[in-house]
Formats: sequence, structure tokens, C-alpha cells
Amino acid sequence: MQKRLANWGNYPAIVSEESSFTQEDQLRRFIGENTHLIARGNGRCYGDASLGEHSISMLKYDKILDLDTDNGILETQAGVTLDQILDLIVPKGWFLPVTPGTKFITVGGAVASDVHGKNHHVEGAFSGHIIDMDVITGDATVTCCSPELHADLFWATCGGMGLTGVITRVKFRLKKISTAYIKQAQIKAKNLEEVIRLFEEYKHYTYSMAWIDCLQKGDSFGRSILIVGEHANPDELNARQQASPLKLTPKRKLAVPFNLPSFILNTLTVKAFNWLYYGKNIKREIHNVVPYEPFFYPLDAILHWNRGYGKAGFVQYQFVLPLEQKDGLVAILKRISDKGWGSFLAVLKVFGKQESLISFPMEGYTLALDFPVRKGLFAFLDELDEIVLQYGGRLYLSKDARMKQEVFWKSYPHAKRFAEIVARYNSGNRFISLQSERLSLTK
Amino acid sequence: MPTVLLLGAGSDMAIAIARKFAAEKYNIQLAARNTAALEPLQKDLQIRYGITATTHSFDATAFDTHPAFYTALPVQPDITICVFGYLGDQTKAQEDWTEARTIIDTNYTGAVSVLNVVAESYAAKKAGAIVGISSVAGERGRQSNYMYGSAKAGFTAYLSGLRNRLFRSSVHVMSVQPGFVNTRMTQHLTLPPLLTAQPEAIANAVFSAVRKKKNTIYVKWFWRYIMLIIKLIPEGIFKKLKL
Repeated sequence: MQKRLANWGNYPAIVSEESSFTQEDQLRRFIGENTHLIARGNGRCYGDASLGEHSISMLKYDKILDLDTDNGILETQAGVTLDQILDLIVPKGWFLPVTPGTKFITVGGAVASDVHGKNHHVEGAFSGHIIDMDVITGDATVTCCSPELHADLFWATCGGMGLTGVITRVKFRLKKISTAYIKQAQIKAKNLEEVIRLFEEYKHYTYSMAWIDCLQKGDSFGRSILIVGEHANPDELNARQQASPLKLTPKRKLAVPFNLPSFILNTLTVKAFNWLYYGKNIKREIHNVVPYEPFFYPLDAILHWNRGYGKAGFVQYQFVLPLEQKDGLVAILKRISDKGWGSFLAVLKVFGKQESLISFPMEGYTLALDFPVRKGLFAFLDELDEIVLQYGGRLYLSKDARMKQEVFWKSYPHAKRFAEIVARYNSGNRFISLQSERLSLTK
Repeated sequence: MPTVLLLGAGSDMAIAIARKFAAEKYNIQLAARNTAALEPLQKDLQIRYGITATTHSFDATAFDTHPAFYTALPVQPDITICVFGYLGDQTKAQEDWTEARTIIDTNYTGAVSVLNVVAESYAAKKAGAIVGISSVAGERGRQSNYMYGSAKAGFTAYLSGLRNRLFRSSVHVMSVQPGFVNTRMTQHLTLPPLLTAQPEAIANAVFSAVRKKKNTIYVKWFWRYIMLIIKLIPEGIFKKLKL
């Protein structure tokens, strides 16, 4: 069916022929007979990665195949979303090994983006927890791969944005929990220096990230709230929570019903919001126990929050810089704060070490923020890209909708090897996305 | 725990119905031609909902096998839902008898054959519910799909007769008249979004209507009125329309 498709940033939007599958043989036949294909999950990457001429919707390829509750191993088809998994595993005392800031993504998408979470500095990215997976490659056959088996395919598929083929099945390890709650601490930092020091001081916490106000200047430049947490033990809960420590009461969700006019988000409203957000924590430090949902997925409580940016959409800009390049972080933040085009809030996090072929994370600082699409934005982001390059950093392909191809090839050190492996498995260039064409990863 | 038998369990609509009933703590019997293809769904239902799901080989057009198929089920189901159907290719069916026959055999003869067996069993024990997924296409023949439509018309009439007969045996027979549904069967068509139901909506409607012992339901509800209008058009005018 011809469909208008866009990912979470609502930019770019295209018309694509969408096909949906429930059976492996149907999917294999379809892949064997078509070209210009790209797999697509729940459309929560931000840019143009899962957009193409023919999209293969994996949302109905959503069967849970095995759950080993003794050893914490889950095997699912690729179209199962993380929220469905959480509903199943949390009451049984298990949690996702890694989760991004939304639970509305598919398992296949988690692999293709090699997603990271607040625990990256301790537990790495999603790829580190996969036991094995199936990929239908360009020759329409199914290949099971793992770090031991067809390792080249495995590593090019983790973070490979769907270019090696369609991920159909993933088996991965879960994490044991004894409650559905998080013991969290929120610490206010007056400026960038302080928040960076706090990250170091609190690095023994499994989960950490900071909300940073990008519009502040002078002494308050980079003022932030650091949020850290651990899965709570039953004895840390109150009496009501202790009655059923693994069960949460469902909350009503708000929704943004339609695209808001873009003038609603301007420097003034963003400043006011940030002032309120920062000001709501009156004490410097807050310690409390909260359900896992608001801790990991604060924005999931507002369905379609992306409509807040209006019809033109937005671009999320996320980069990482090596740990020793703090100056680069300052330089970029300065540019963003001077320009005043940034979003509500930006997220700052320190990544740990990660060996990978094409995954985004590397040891260092990562910053993510939204920019509503407007005239002059892309030229400005090109300038930021130059600084990222200069300091040895790179951009997250799952967020990207506009990076120039040179920036990609210069910033990802194994880009060439990745492209060679893609060429090997993506025979006849069957899998092509808007992004892979833009970055010249496929012909 | 009560048991539901799904005839034609491989379709998108059947998957949604299976999940809905499993979530409401029914055991599920999945019947389709290719049982290997049903295994992922079987596991999914058991893991997500903690119920028992089984798979059973069933071919709608192998009429002779239907009595044995039903007797061999490990448990006699409390509810039988006939979901299978074949849209076929109208133009092809006009010239090719094999295609026309597959449409008729799947949507009408096969359904009658298997539900006859189920109906006798339910009538004898004076309990049970039979749900047939028919189609609004059966309410008036149109040039664009009268092969499918006429088979479904036969099926709708069969269900209403069966309902009439089994009423005194306390067996509930329900006809479901979906309009457009967003499934694999229709994914090559461009359907108007406002008129199109998701399979999950059909599943929810079927579940609550079975509970309330409804006779005929339309999904979405306004299809009842759309079809009413279509049926009211005088034949002299209708035959000139391009529908």
C-alpha cells in the first residue's frame, strides 16, 4: 500500500510502498523478488534511516518465541516492541539489559541502531547482550549470526541501520530485578564544569544522565540536573509498593493530538520551560524511589510529543566526543547557546568503552538535542559537524537526517570495512534507504 | 478454562482474535493448512498469556477430512470461530473456473462443510457458540467482486439459517460483517482510512459481541448503514453504477 511515511522527527516525509508480513517464507519470497527495500519497525528513529522506496513493516512480525525465566533469556521475532516485552518480563522479575529513552521501539530496531541507555558506561550497548539472531540477507536466505558465527554479518548488523538485510529473530539476555522501582538521585549542577565532575563522582551508579539547559550563558553555562539510579531492592520500597514490588499501576497517558503551530516553541517558551524544570528541584539533591517508567521513559507519558514541533518537523542532533575532548563539548555548547535555536532540554551522558564496527557509542561525552526545522538550520548543523569532526567525534545514524557523506566517512573509523561487509551480504543492493543513498553506503 | 477453535488461524484477523481471547484466559486451538507456520503464534500465545495453545492441521477445501479433524481435537471447543476466507482475483475468476471454484469452495462450501460438523456436536450437547466471519461484500453483488461476494452471501445466509435452527438448542450463532480491514489480504489495495478497521478492532468487537450473544455485528459499526443504503438503491440504477 502506498503510504506517507516519516520517522519520529517528521522530517523527511516520503511516500513509500509498504508491505507487511507474518511468515518467514512470505518475507523471503518478497525480498527475493524486489529491490530498493528497507526494513522498518515502529518509526522511532528520528531521521531517514528506515525510509525507502519499499518499506518492509516488521510490526506484525511480532511473536515472542521463548522466555527462559530461570536464566533470563528472551527470544523474539524482530517486530516485538520493548513495551510489550516489559509488560511480560517485569512481573516475572526481569528487565531489559539496555533500553533507550523510549520503549516504543522494536527489537529489530534496537539491534539495527545498536541502542544505548543510561547504563552504557557500565553495561554497554544492546549488541553486547545478544546471544544470536537471524538475518534475511540479499540472497533471500536466512543466516543465523552471533559474535562467534558469521561474526562479520553480526557486527555489521548491530548498528548497521538495516543495510545487511532484514533482522527477523533475536535472542538476548535479560537482567534480574527484584522490584519494578528505581532508587534515584537528582543532583543540580550550576554549570558544565560541575556536571562533568558529578558524572565522575557518581560513575559507580548503573544508570546516569543529565538534563542540560543549553540556553544559559556566563556562570550558569551548562547548568544541569544529573539523574542517577539503581534498581531498588524490596526493603527500599514503602509499604504500599512492597505489597506487589514487581507490579506497577497503569497510568493514563496524555497525547499531543495534532501538530502544534511552530511558533509555540520559541526561545522564550523554551527558556521559561527550562527555568521551571531546573527550578522545580528546590533542594540541591533529591533522593527518592520511583517506578521504572518515569525514570526510563519520561517522554513516553506524552504520546506524539513530536507533534509539539509543528508540521515542518525537527532534527535531533546527537554527537559523541572522546573523553579527553571536553573543550570540544564546550565549543559546541557555546555555539548552540549563542544561536538559541535549541530545544526544551538536551541530554548529556558519559559513554563507557565499546568495541564495535559501526555502532555509535565510544568512550566520551554524548549530547542530544532537538532543533525544529527552519531556514538556515542545516547550514548551522554543518558548522557543528565541522567541530565534531575536528575533535574526533561522530553523529548517531539513528538520529541523522542530513549529515553530509564526507562527515560520515571521516568520522566512523571502520566505515570502509562496514561498507565491504554490507556489499557482501546485500547482494544486488536490495536494501537501500534514503540514508544509505545520502551517505553513499549503497549504490 | 474455556477453549476457542480458530479455523484459518494464519490470517492477520485470526492472530488478533487469538490474542484477544487468550488475553481473556481462553485456551486456543489454532487450525490451518500449514501447522509449522502456526508455531510462532502458538508459543507467543502461551508465553504472553499463560494459556494452552495447540495447532491442528486443517484444510478448508478438503471437505471429507472435516469430521475426522473435529473428532481428533484434544478438547471439544466451547466457541468455534470460522475466520478463513479467500478474496481471489475477480477478473481471473470470470474466465478461469479453477479460480472461481477456489473462491466458492473456500468461502462457502468449506465453511458449510466444517460448521455442519461443529453444529451437530453443539446441538447434541445443547451448548456452544459459532462465529462466522463473513463480509459486507455478500450483501449485494457488485461487478468488482461478485465472485467473493456471492460466496460470502451464501455463507451469511447459512449462518442466519443455522442461528434460527440452533436457537432452540441454546447454541449461539453470530455473523460478523466486516467492511474494509487492514490485513495482508487487502494490503495491495488502497483503502480509505476512515472506513477501514484494524484487525484488533475486529477482535475486540467479536469478543464483546460473543459475550453479549449478538446475532450480527458490523465492524466498523457504520457499515450497517452504508450497506443499508447500498441495498436500497433500485436495481435499475444499481446495474448502471461502477461499483
